Amino acid sequence: MTLRLASIIRKEFIQILRDPRTLIMTLIMPIMQLFLLGYAATTDIKNIPIAVWDQSRSPQSRALLDAFRSANYFTIEYEVGSQQDIRTLIEDGKIRAALIIPPDYSQQLIENDAQVLVILDGSDATSGSTALSASQLIGQAYATKIMTEDASRLGRGSAVAPPVQFLTQVWYNPDLVSAYFMIPAVIGIILYVISTMLTATTIVRERERGTIEQLIVTPIRSWELVVGKILPYVVLAFLDTFEVLILGHYWFGVPVRGSLALILETSGLLLLSSLGIGLFASTVANTQQEAMLTVWMTLLPSIFLSGFFFPLEAMPPFLQAFAYIIPLRYYLIVIRALLIKGVGASSIQGEIIALAVFGIIIMGIASLRFRKRLD
Amino acid sequence: MDDINLIEAKNLYRHFGATRAVDGVSISVKAGEIYGLVGSDGAGKTTTMRLIVGALLPNSGEITVCGYDVRKHTEDARSQLGYLSQRFSLYEDLTVLENIRFFAEVRGLKSNEWYPRSMEILEFVGLANFATRRAGQLSGGMKQKLGLASALVTRPRVLLLDEPTTGVDPVTRQDFWQLLIQITSTPLAPNLPSPLHSSPNIGSGDGGEGAVAVLISTPYMDEAARCNRVGFMRHGKIIAEGTPSQLRSRLTDRVIELRGSPLKLLRRIAQEDLDVEDVRAFGDRLHLRVREGKADLVASRLPSAIRSEGGNVDGIRVIPAVLEDVFIELSEQSYE
Repeated sequence: MTLRLASIIRKEFIQILRDPRTLIMTLIMPIMQLFLLGYAATTDIKNIPIAVWDQSRSPQSRALLDAFRSANYFTIEYEVGSQQDIRTLIEDGKIRAALIIPPDYSQQLIENDAQVLVILDGSDATSGSTALSASQLIGQAYATKIMTEDASRLGRGSAVAPPVQFLTQVWYNPDLVSAYFMIPAVIGIILYVISTMLTATTIVRERERGTIEQLIVTPIRSWELVVGKILPYVVLAFLDTFEVLILGHYWFGVPVRGSLALILETSGLLLLSSLGIGLFASTVANTQQEAMLTVWMTLLPSIFLSGFFFPLEAMPPFLQAFAYIIPLRYYLIVIRALLIKGVGASSIQGEIIALAVFGIIIMGIASLRFRKRLD
Repeated sequence: MDDINLIEAKNLYRHFGATRAVDGVSISVKAGEIYGLVGSDGAGKTTTMRLIVGALLPNSGEITVCGYDVRKHTEDARSQLGYLSQRFSLYEDLTVLENIRFFAEVRGLKSNEWYPRSMEILEFVGLANFATRRAGQLSGGMKQKLGLASALVTRPRVLLLDEPTTGVDPVTRQDFWQLLIQITSTPLAPNLPSPLHSSPNIGSGDGGEGAVAVLISTPYMDEAARCNRVGFMRHGKIIAEGTPSQLRSRLTDRVIELRGSPLKLLRRIAQEDLDVEDVRAFGDRLHLRVREGKADLVASRLPSAIRSEGGNVDGIRVIPAVLEDVFIELSEQSYE
């Protein structure tokens, strides 16, 4: 390392330590994000409040309600006496679903023609669809159970067994915990957002405060300036990565099954892209606000098209095509596979190559644009 | 040695859009020389400086610093120069010593050299007692001295100072100039900067060692008068250049001092005289700039004109011009 490079790095670290607000933000923000996304951004819907209008009030109807209760998906919050009551409760946001059991439910059951109505609040599509599939599953399971009971009572147990049985096994995340999906992605987002923003602002700050003019007239080479200013923030970004990794693992129980070295190497490849974008933003912006806006312009599409919140498969084809140029998309695949599946490099080599290629291209363009000049 | 130009800029052009900020400027500054660049705001002084240090690229023109082509051997040229920009451009969140250390190291001082050299230079500019203070907590004048110290710490051969004393109190301005004069006039004195680097075609060890070439821009005429040579800039051009006395001689026998009362009447009558080009108030008196060869004529006829309108003349005489008179004359000239 050259002496010049070392003194830029030391200067940058002194400045980071002298600015405790930024430092604390940088170290606290990932924890906040982690807890927010780990807990709040979950699609594991449990205990959906429902109302029941049980007009049958028979042992059979009570058995059906028990089936609903035991599945954990729903909590029966209200027992109501009319459809109007249900409407009022849904409109007031007190319940998300309602179950209506007809007066002649037990009679219908004997005639093998029972109908139960489930009303769902579709205004929240996520909980609505979960409630829909949960109620269908509970309903089907309950129906099968009754059929089997009837059949065995009539002594033809084996004849009514379904011809095909679907056995499901969920690998890697048997309980389908959302946090397993979210937390690896949070690592990616934090690494990406922090390194992009800090890089863009640290260079623009020199311009804004006029110190760049003094730097320009020193014999510092452009690459030394770029590397010296960026490296401290790379260290910070990796600190954040470890912070999220450790908390994610010990607090949220997210497994770390892949090789730590591979996680760090692929994270380094992502950093090439994010630092490159930050550097690029610093070459087009004159103030920190401009730099922030420029960075946000690239961050939002990156986050939404990375498959962080929404699966890419669900997007229209043109957006899916667009997502191919988002480096974060590859990293999220890589980091999820590394943490949850514990795969080796060969399983994710396509994504690794894509990350490297994007990193080199973006960093290359940004470095070419970065001039140690005022114009 | 002294004949070699440490700064050599030829036919510099730089425009920003339609504005010709620098429009054919040539400047040369020798070792041991202080060259003053004066001119009103927007005349192109700062842009000229930025072109010479390579912070901006010229549209055309050649610049060498200590024999290095600034465009081709930028970093070599920069290792020879110290630059103090108009705006305080050191790190306010670093201490005085940290700032100096940073600039000393990035400009090539070894880790065992920077400390003694930094303390020496802080002593020189009078900031040794403030070494651990954050730069942001210094007064305006101290900041400028810190800037000068940072520029001097590697003992550059060339010093470019862009309005270093703007907004600085008169006492500090005096100190500052004493420092500058010491740097350029007594190069071999102990505790004073001498060149850190030897440059390609300027040998070291001869009598010129340590003599620094200074290019300074200033809005103050009393500072311009202290320079060895002065260039007047207007609209991106150097419209006059010379030693202060050469420049003042442009107006030999052309400035008249008029004292009397009431000043308003004196001014009006003077302005009505066809041989008077310009009238300026200097405190309780007026300076009149007159056409060439007309000084005696004006001096003899003005008092009677003033008295005939009830005014009072206490004294009228031809005086040597000051640089400010020249500056005003040059500023008006380029409008014509």
